[in-house]
Formats: sequence, C-alpha cells, structure tokens
Amino acid sequence: MTQPSSRSHHPTLRRRQLPDLLLPLTVLALLLAGWQAAVWFFRISPVLFPGPILVLQAGWKIRWQLSEAALRTAAAAATGLAVGTAAGTLTAFAFSQSGAIRRAFYPYAVLLQTVPIIAIAPIVIVTLGRGFISVALVAAILSLFPIITNTTTGLLQVSTDLQDLFRLNRATRWQTLIHLRVPAALPYLLSGIRISSGSAIVGAIVGEFFVGSGTPGLGALIQRKSASLVLSELYAVVLISTLLGTLSFGGISALGEAILRRWFGMSLSEARR
Amino acid sequence: MRIVNEAVLLISPSVPARFENRSRMVSSAPAMFQLSDVTLAYGSSRPVLQRLNLSILEGEFVTLAGPSGCGKSTLLKLLAGLLKPSSGRVSYAGLPAGEIPVEAGFVFQQPALLPWRTAISNLRLPLELGTQQSARSTDLELLQLMRQVGLREEDAHKRPAELSGGMQMRLSLARALVRSPRVLLLDEPFAAVDDLLRMKLQDDLRRVHEQRGLTTVLVTHNLQEAAWLSDRVLIIQPAPVGITNSIPVPRTTEGTERRTSAEFHTTLNALNTALLQS
Repeated sequence: MTQPSSRSHHPTLRRRQLPDLLLPLTVLALLLAGWQAAVWFFRISPVLFPGPILVLQAGWKIRWQLSEAALRTAAAAATGLAVGTAAGTLTAFAFSQSGAIRRAFYPYAVLLQTVPIIAIAPIVIVTLGRGFISVALVAAILSLFPIITNTTTGLLQVSTDLQDLFRLNRATRWQTLIHLRVPAALPYLLSGIRISSGSAIVGAIVGEFFVGSGTPGLGALIQRKSASLVLSELYAVVLISTLLGTLSFGGISALGEAILRRWFGMSLSEARR
Repeated sequence: MRIVNEAVLLISPSVPARFENRSRMVSSAPAMFQLSDVTLAYGSSRPVLQRLNLSILEGEFVTLAGPSGCGKSTLLKLLAGLLKPSSGRVSYAGLPAGEIPVEAGFVFQQPALLPWRTAISNLRLPLELGTQQSARSTDLELLQLMRQVGLREEDAHKRPAELSGGMQMRLSLARALVRSPRVLLLDEPFAAVDDLLRMKLQDDLRRVHEQRGLTTVLVTHNLQEAAWLSDRVLIIQPAPVGITNSIPVPRTTEGTERRTSAEFHTTLNALNTALLQS
C-alpha cells in the first residue's frame, strides 16, 4: 500500500541530481582532454582529424550560421514531434478501443519503425517537394512509433479493479476513456514523447540532408561542410546537432516531470508503477 | 463431501436478546439476492462455481469464507453484476438479474483510487459517471461522509499518494457509499493493513452497516473479522463442492472489550471448527 508520499523527497532528489550531472560532465571533459592530447601527441593533421579546440574555434567562427541552422532544425523537429504526437495518440485511442483494430493495424505501425529512415526521406521529399513540410513529415514519421506503443500500453494497462469500479457505476465508454484511460495513460504518453524527441531531431536532420542546400537546417549544413571538406566546421555542426538532441530530450523530460508533479503529485517513474 | 447448502448450525445455545431481535428482523426480510443452480466458468475451463444455491436477505451482513481459489471473489462479482452465470438463475431485489442494475458499492482488496484526483474528487467520481443524472452531493455532504468513515476534513484536498494506507482504505469505503447503495460488497478490504488498523476499520464498517441497514457481503480469510461483523458466515469450498455451511452468528454488542469476551470466542471457535470440518 502506498505510504504517505512526499514533497519531502524533493531535497533528496536535488542532492542526487548534482552527482548525476557531474559524472557525465567529468567523462566529457576527460574525453575532450584525451582527444586533444592524442591530436597533439600523434601530430595528426587538422585536415584529417581536428582537435576539440580547433572544432570550438571553427564553431565560434560560423556561430550565426550554426544558430540559424539549429533553430530551423529545431522548428522542423518540434512541428514533426507535434504532428507525430497527435497522430500517434489518435492511433493509440483507436488501438485501445478494439482488439480487432489493434491486430489489423499494429504490424503496419511496426513497419514504420523498421523501414530505414534514409529510404523514407527521399520518397517524402520527391512526393511533397524540397520544403519545410517534407522535413517536418520525416521527423513526424520517425517520432510516431514510440508514441503509438507507449500510449497504447498506457491506455490498456488500467487495473481491473478500476475498470470494474467504472462498470459498477455504469460509466459510458466515453467516460471510461476520459476519466480513466486517458489520465492513466498520461505518464506513458509523456514517456513516449520523451523518447521521440530525440528521434524527431534525427528525422529532421536526415530530411534536411536529402533536401540539400535549399534549406539552412543542420542536415543541409552537414552535407555542405562534408562536401567542402572543412572538417573542423563539420565537427562543429555534428556537435551542435548532438547538443540539440540532448537539450530536446532534457527539456521534454523536465516538462513531463513538471506536468506529472502538478497532475499526479508524483514523478514519471512513480506514476508508471 | 456432503453439500449442506443453507444448513443452519446454531452455535451458541444462549443467544443474546439483541441478536434475537435482529435475527427476527433479518429473517422476515425479503431476499436481496437469490441464486438458483448457478454455474460459472471462465471460457471452456473448469467451473469456478457449480450448481450454487444461495439466498441473501435484505439488510443481512453475510461473510464468505473459505480457502483461496474457492470462488469467493467470483461470487462477489457475480452478485455485483460484473459477471454473468454460465447457467442458472440470479435474481436481485425480486427481479431476474440484469432487469434493473445492482445498486452496489464495491470495496476492493486495494483502495483502487485515481491517483490524479484529490480525496474529495475521488469521492465525487461515482456521481459523475453513468448516463442517468445522479443526485449531486454538495462538498459539505461529501465531507460529512468522509467524517463518517473516520477521515478528517483537511485530508479532502490531498491526493491518495499523500494519504496513509488506512486513510486510503477509508476513502475507498466512503466512495462505495456515496451513491447511497442498497448493497455493499467487500472483497478482502482489510487484508493489507496491520491488526490495530484492521480492528478500527472493522468497527467503522460495522457502524456504517448498522446505521444504514445495508445488505452487506464480505469476502475474508479472517474468521475473527467474520465473527465480529456478520449475521451469517458461509463456508465455501472449491467447485464442485460449493457452500458447505451457513452459520448464523450472534451479534455481540459494541465495544472493543467485547472482542475478548467468552461469547465472542465461542463464536470464533465454532467458525474455526466448521471451516476445519468442511
């Protein structure tokens, strides 16, 4: 049985968060130092393998280009994630209402996950043209699957006691969905969005990569920099792409936690228990 | 083993006056539930209940006791209308089951509260469900109900995670009563709480039953609980045996000290003997 919980848990969490963040940052610092030391020690040509200092300098030089590209990619990824969340949630609603629908369509949802995105992206771009919409759609396709599976699980995992409680009180199908299944599935949906947030950035970058130099996104910039063989700048773009993915994951996680704290009075992991 | 459906086994020759009055009152009451030759099987598996005959009178407090897997919880869900019999007849309030919905409050083994709703909002939930408009209770009435089951007003706006296990169980009991049901069904509601709290919750339940005159069916493994609360204890064995004993229990008077009385222990011993013999 649940014991009285805890707003008093917050300080403990804060104390734990510091080493949680400190440890990976220490690893990053050590990796960068090792990388720079290797470049100096083995006297590797910066044309072939630039050191982190050179990469940071190159990144600072093209900072405005990088910021514009990152914003463009973030916008496409956010649009794709929003579309993916809406479509994924509606699909999960349909899956939760009928076992027949679930059995008929679930294999095609799996197909979305297994078809390689580098094969889908050119098809989308040829069909819809070299624009923002195509890039966002590639991001949406890549973010769809985790949202469908997580939300469907959330909608179906409701305890039999609670389902019986609703049946005893003669709840309609709609009331059961709105008052029970949807709120119970919220932690699962948020977990799905969190996983998809990283996928949406990857999807947008792949989409831009195939759209080419027409759009100023990070994918197009990767293609341009690799073509011009300015490796230090290419590394800087890759670094910013990774940072964008991490920030997106972290931001969505924090937002999800905040929503659940307000809604459930508990954390994501507690709510899914 | 011989099936003794509805067998009357008098336990104590010296029945207290209070019990005599109550016994006369309950036995003259109409049947709330009547089960005739009821069999229930999940799919094509072996029946959980087989050719069961049972009558539960209006206002009666009946306890279902027996070993795990004997179909006690299934029988409770059948009474609630959550399960349909594979064969046989079930009637509720004199009408065939399904003709009118069973007005039952149900208390589960776990509190089964919605974690995103506050205590008072959980209490309001049954009134928000269904197609027919329930009589809306005001917050004041809901708070009064919370007080009746031993909850405090300041707990009303706490979420279940902020309440202790006992408080959650009390809230679950209050929620079962919010639609003023005719029947209260309880599936081992106090199994997961400590002894002291269990005794307090039993007293709350006993008070609620006496104040409201609800037809109450309790599933429990705890014979002490059965002896303390019931008008009648049904001993059930797994199908095809079914109900082996129907034992009337003399009502002891209110007060914790009564739990240690000789009369209460005589009842308890008789129940133990009946369970062992069955």
